[in-house]
Amino acid sequence: MAVSERVLHQPSLREARLDNGLKILIQEVHTAPLVSVWCWYRVGSGDERPGLTGVSHWVEHMNFKGTTNIPRDEMKSIVERFGGMWNGYTWIDQTTYLETAGKDALDTLLFIEAERMEHGLYEPEECESERTVIISELQGGENDPDQLLDTEVTATAFRAHPYRHPTIGWIEDLRSMTREDLYGYYRRHYVPDNATLVVVGDVERDDVLRRAETHFGRIPAGSPPVRRRAAEPNQIGERRVLIEREGTTGYLKFAWHAPAATEAEFFPMLVLDAALTGAKGTNIWSSFRGAPPQRKARLYTALVERGLASSVSGSLVATAEPFIYSISLTAMEGTALASLESAALDAIERVREQGLSDEEVARARRQLKARLVFETDSVTNIAHQLGYFETIVGDGFVHRMRPAVDAVTTEQVNEVAKRRLARDKRTTGWFQPVERRV
Amino acid sequence: MTTVVTRGLSPVRQVLPNGAVVLVQETAFSPAVTISASFRAGSLYEPDDLTGLAWLLGRVIDRGTATRSADTIAEALDDRGVALRVSTNRHVLTVSCTCLSEDFPDMLALMADIIREPVFPPDQIEKRRAETISLIRQDQDNPAIRASESLQSLLYGPAHPYGRPAKGSVETIERVTREQLVTFHTRRFAPGSLTLLIVGDVSATRALDHVAAAFEGWTAPDPVDRPVPPVAPAASRRDTRITMTGKSQTDIAYGFTTINRLDPRYYGYSVMNNILGQFGLGGRLAENIRERQGMAYYAFSAFDPSLGPGPLVIRAGVDPANVDRAIAAIDAEVGALGREGPTDREVAETRQFLIGSVPRMLENNQSIATFLHTAEFFGLGLDLDRRLPALLNAVTMDDVRAAAADVLRPERASLAIAGPSARPDAD
Repeated sequence: MAVSERVLHQPSLREARLDNGLKILIQEVHTAPLVSVWCWYRVGSGDERPGLTGVSHWVEHMNFKGTTNIPRDEMKSIVERFGGMWNGYTWIDQTTYLETAGKDALDTLLFIEAERMEHGLYEPEECESERTVIISELQGGENDPDQLLDTEVTATAFRAHPYRHPTIGWIEDLRSMTREDLYGYYRRHYVPDNATLVVVGDVERDDVLRRAETHFGRIPAGSPPVRRRAAEPNQIGERRVLIEREGTTGYLKFAWHAPAATEAEFFPMLVLDAALTGAKGTNIWSSFRGAPPQRKARLYTALVERGLASSVSGSLVATAEPFIYSISLTAMEGTALASLESAALDAIERVREQGLSDEEVARARRQLKARLVFETDSVTNIAHQLGYFETIVGDGFVHRMRPAVDAVTTEQVNEVAKRRLARDKRTTGWFQPVERRV
Repeated sequence: MTTVVTRGLSPVRQVLPNGAVVLVQETAFSPAVTISASFRAGSLYEPDDLTGLAWLLGRVIDRGTATRSADTIAEALDDRGVALRVSTNRHVLTVSCTCLSEDFPDMLALMADIIREPVFPPDQIEKRRAETISLIRQDQDNPAIRASESLQSLLYGPAHPYGRPAKGSVETIERVTREQLVTFHTRRFAPGSLTLLIVGDVSATRALDHVAAAFEGWTAPDPVDRPVPPVAPAASRRDTRITMTGKSQTDIAYGFTTINRLDPRYYGYSVMNNILGQFGLGGRLAENIRERQGMAYYAFSAFDPSLGPGPLVIRAGVDPANVDRAIAAIDAEVGALGREGPTDREVAETRQFLIGSVPRMLENNQSIATFLHTAEFFGLGLDLDRRLPALLNAVTMDDVRAAAADVLRPERASLAIAGPSARPDAD
């Protein structure tokens, strides 16, 4: 068999690579008669050039619209006939497709992913019909003031780096992009040597490898584009955004430049976020739903318990290159955004000047370690974590997270707070509601 | 690791001397345990002029007990990375959490204390009241929620417990007193109303030992049940339109009242709903509205029966200019399925999907807890996961056709539309 193979850190995890460059990660988990298959591509909205923003996400949509050997209306129903669920998502560094189904579906799921990699149809009329679907998705997002603010703050925080534009794209690009733009992008990026196949569940490793070789082995290697992204220049002063729009509630958002996942400061920053707003974890597929443990977190006690905000949340996500760390606040009715901002900045400045206590940092570390357990509670979630970190960072990172969290010291967290959360590195956004016209 | 769930669930069920029902399912997914305590204390049981009382109680119940201050509880949770979740629906209020296996005894003891002895500190009531009002204001700015809540009100009438928003209104939340919270707690939170689920990396013997210690000595009279008030199905088409300037997209909610969960027609209705608005991208609805017409990112239906007749709700989010076209498409699909019924292939595929979904419904501790609670709450049997395939296989084409003919009648649909341009000629 044309695979190179080795055992990774977990005894049940195997890594292999086909001759065409496709990387395969397999973890046997025999706790339920299920299998989760994810196919990851190292392409996301951070790889798009101006004028083609949103192309990665639109391509993801098109890859559910039929292949040479699977008619459009069968792409989903094949999975569902096995009782399976299917989905996909695109973000700044990655695009991924997944199915979780009864273990008997394994071969079919691999067939679907191989078809998706090689044989997407991109029928012109399907591209056109999807254009308006995506514009509708964008408009639905704009109905949420917090999301609207998030888009504006992110675009303001970056001057040069392509992380600045939203993954769904700018509306004018969505209106003007052509079928050839989509198909060309698909062909360049959807090649085995730009992908990782992850299979987790009640399967047998050798059997998975054999089947993967059958389905993917004949796909020729490509020449995936070398990732070249503009470097973000150093920010030298605070930036501000004000949205005034009909609404009932005020929203406030801060963003600072964050370390990439591979930088030494990533884990101290993750602990800092846990101490400020409660630990979420690292699984963007499942961990960011619902409120984190945060009742003792600095900004919760300073702002929510004092009745200035009805909610606070922080967001630090592992990314390939430096993205942003953001703190989002919902103003309590009757609290002016200026008062909320001033109280939030007071609390943040106290942390920067006086530092967090050992006790706060220890609590944050404990929270994060518990979340690392909770976020791998199913074959779907285990598979997400394996594929996500392989695609974003590479080799074995997912298994180094727990010791990395453990090793974070109070000094490191305080140092990172002092340097990273400085005023001149900050972007501040307000959503100021104005009364609705009747 | 063992394959506890491979052969189906095997929960241990015990009724405590005080009447509380405890269900324990050991699993080996991860070194964690999900604890879930449900009471028949949902919005159905609120006084009719105090909607949102159960919701507000859910926000304050975990903010202080006779022996633990709000701060002590906060510390106990945060030190272990545990986020307590409280959810309130029409019938049930559930307090739940997931913790590491090593923290299970402490978390169970804490939850028992919160459930049994909350003191509702006045300062905490005021904070959570203000938060709830802010949440209601956010809901008022959300076209999807406005459309859904307006549809519930149209379907059931504003006075029916199924027709009211769970959070209540700013007016009712402002009026709730501490005494009313205490009274509601005293009346509804009793062992006879409790179903406690423990699912995860803990043996039944060990779990039950801790449960016995945590709930020992707790007695209270069984809560008085309240039947769901009758619902009159719509005799004609009704609609309501809410103009929300400043929004980009319009939300449509379109629906009918149906049957209760224990109705023998339940599985036929489920298959019908799946065909209409679930299978694939969103059944026939998404095939038409999204795939063929490119009009919406989402178009689907949801069937939600409970002890009373639940709704079947169709939802779509569309460009304001396309509202009438989208409603026409919904009418067409609803009418066609109602008149002509499904195809043999649709019934076969959907049946296969629903049967095949059972193992996936049991993928993690939380989903198992939800599944077992449903089985216990409706008295469906703790072997429901093993009987489901046969129950679904027994659904015939005639059952599905009858379900569609009963419900899917556009001339009796209720519609709520919320968005920037509710009428093409307005805004």
